[in-house]
Amino acid sequence: MNEKRYDVVVVGSGAGGGTVAEALAPLVRQGKKVLVVEQGPRLRLEELSGRELEMAPALYEDDGGFLTADGTMTLAFGRAYGGSTVVYTGTSMQPPERVVRGWGVPGLDHSDLDRRARRFAGDNNVHLLDEGLLNENNRLFVEGCRKAGYRAEQFPINVKGCKGSSLCNLGCPNGAKQGTHQVQLPAAERAGVEVVTRAEALRLEERVVVLRVSARPEGGKGLPSEWAPGDYRVAAGVVVLAGGAVGSPALLLRSRLPGLSGRVGEGLTCHPAHILVGEHPREITNDVGHPKSFFLDRAAREGFVLETCMYFPFTTAKNLAGFGAPHSTLMRAFRRLQMILVLACDKAVPGNRVSVDRAGKPVVHYRFTRETVAALVRATRASARIFFAAGAIRVHAPSADPPLVEPGDSARLDERISERHFLPGKISVSAAHLMGGCGMGRGPEDSVTDSFGRVHGLPWLRVADSSLFPDSLEINPYLTIMALADRVAEGVVSDLSELGAGSG
Amino acid sequence: MTEMVESTFGPVRESFRALAATIVPEAVSLDADAWDEVERIVEDGLAARPAAIRRQLRLFVRLLDLLPVLRFGKTFRSLDPSRRTAFLLGVQDAPVLLVRRGFWGIRTLVYMGYYSRQEARDAIGYRAEARGWEGRR
Repeated sequence: MNEKRYDVVVVGSGAGGGTVAEALAPLVRQGKKVLVVEQGPRLRLEELSGRELEMAPALYEDDGGFLTADGTMTLAFGRAYGGSTVVYTGTSMQPPERVVRGWGVPGLDHSDLDRRARRFAGDNNVHLLDEGLLNENNRLFVEGCRKAGYRAEQFPINVKGCKGSSLCNLGCPNGAKQGTHQVQLPAAERAGVEVVTRAEALRLEERVVVLRVSARPEGGKGLPSEWAPGDYRVAAGVVVLAGGAVGSPALLLRSRLPGLSGRVGEGLTCHPAHILVGEHPREITNDVGHPKSFFLDRAAREGFVLETCMYFPFTTAKNLAGFGAPHSTLMRAFRRLQMILVLACDKAVPGNRVSVDRAGKPVVHYRFTRETVAALVRATRASARIFFAAGAIRVHAPSADPPLVEPGDSARLDERISERHFLPGKISVSAAHLMGGCGMGRGPEDSVTDSFGRVHGLPWLRVADSSLFPDSLEINPYLTIMALADRVAEGVVSDLSELGAGSG
Repeated sequence: MTEMVESTFGPVRESFRALAATIVPEAVSLDADAWDEVERIVEDGLAARPAAIRRQLRLFVRLLDLLPVLRFGKTFRSLDPSRRTAFLLGVQDAPVLLVRRGFWGIRTLVYMGYYSRQEARDAIGYRAEARGWEGRR
């Protein structure tokens, strides 16, 4: 096995890992060696074709079709240089004070997170899109909200030179999205931080990361790895895990490090989501323009958030309930479709967790609680009111049976859209905001890390991603992840002299 | 050397096509080349999945073909379109989760095979492209 040695190894290059990499870059000038390990490939801009079939395997774990253990929900998480920041829509929200205070993590102050998040909002060009760039899919949401008595808010997004391809979730083909792949990682590399792609962290040992570097598959997208294919034993003074809410707990669980909290993997939340569709009598601009420009935050009052969205043909077909002629009719109306993504603000409950199978692969156990289902149903009813208020002639609601709701049903939406029609395994539920699994807290009995991502009992090991969240964030998580990762990096810098370089 | 992966639905092709044409009625008008493309997309999508999953999917397609014999005295392939639809509606709402998710998996694969084709994207009017707003002027 190949042997290497670094002062700091960061596993993962998304919102957490990319942020840590940039924050630690000044250490390189002091003679320290910093390595970022990324399982996915480094993609070239010209490879981002916008085609679902080509991009999903290149950018997502399990081609974007990672299923929970009972097969009732699909989880989407990125696997590329930049992690999920390559494939999200760039929505960049400040950490919500109510939620962070509710987490009750000792030493974690909302104002500190807020200040750090504002800095990243500046670094990553977060702003509101000009009104002239908004498409009708988004405008109709605003209009429908207003007429239905709600107040839509505009998403701050992190784009620079957005052309409105609407292909954000397949990687921006114009390089407009300012994820860590565009901002933090290149800055870190310019400063001397090393990045190795196509490198899977197999397990951890005491101050060691065991990696497997894979060859570029024939015909596959992306550059070859920076390292020769093979297995590596990389010694490190500090290891920072930033592989996401599935990857980080899974790596810890298969490593079986002595002294680790029994809470690893517990507390998974994910904002389970449905895609809803409203059919208009005329064509609207929907598959051009930034897809996710507005949202309706009902998290505090009703436990849900609505977001504008627009998906691709296969993703849309998969997420519409049913089959046959009614489904085909709706697909043929594609140019007249308005879409809303409804997200439930789920809570961490016992049993919803990450484990690993005998081969060490992650397994996500997730059960829809009664409260989560009720939130999705409330969100669906609110969306139906918004669609109709915006002029839709029919609404497709997965938790209605039959799923097509007509304007004549407006007065009986509570009856048509109901918990009793939420049949797991029948309707498509997906999630892309994966959180928890290495939650912050007081000590090993209630958590995996402290508020600086230090793993209880293992001072050389840190966590810097959304797995730190002790519960759902109730809004899009990227800026909060970056703010937390910045704190983790600060802790690494202050502790590094005590911890020393890798000696494994 | 690339490992050869056994076709998932090759041995149950006629049953799979009957299911696909019920899930997406327009599929009945696909020519041989288009069917080949649908099936190639599905097989490629499954190639990296564990062999056990592929075997289960194949078995599930066989079951879906045979189960209507109990109710209608005919295999799924031999049913008329309305009876095919009635049967699949029952499967979709089955009380057993395993059956529901099996059907969800099959319909997802059919949608992937059908709607990932350029021809289908054109037919529904999907036009997204890198040029974005510039491409619409």
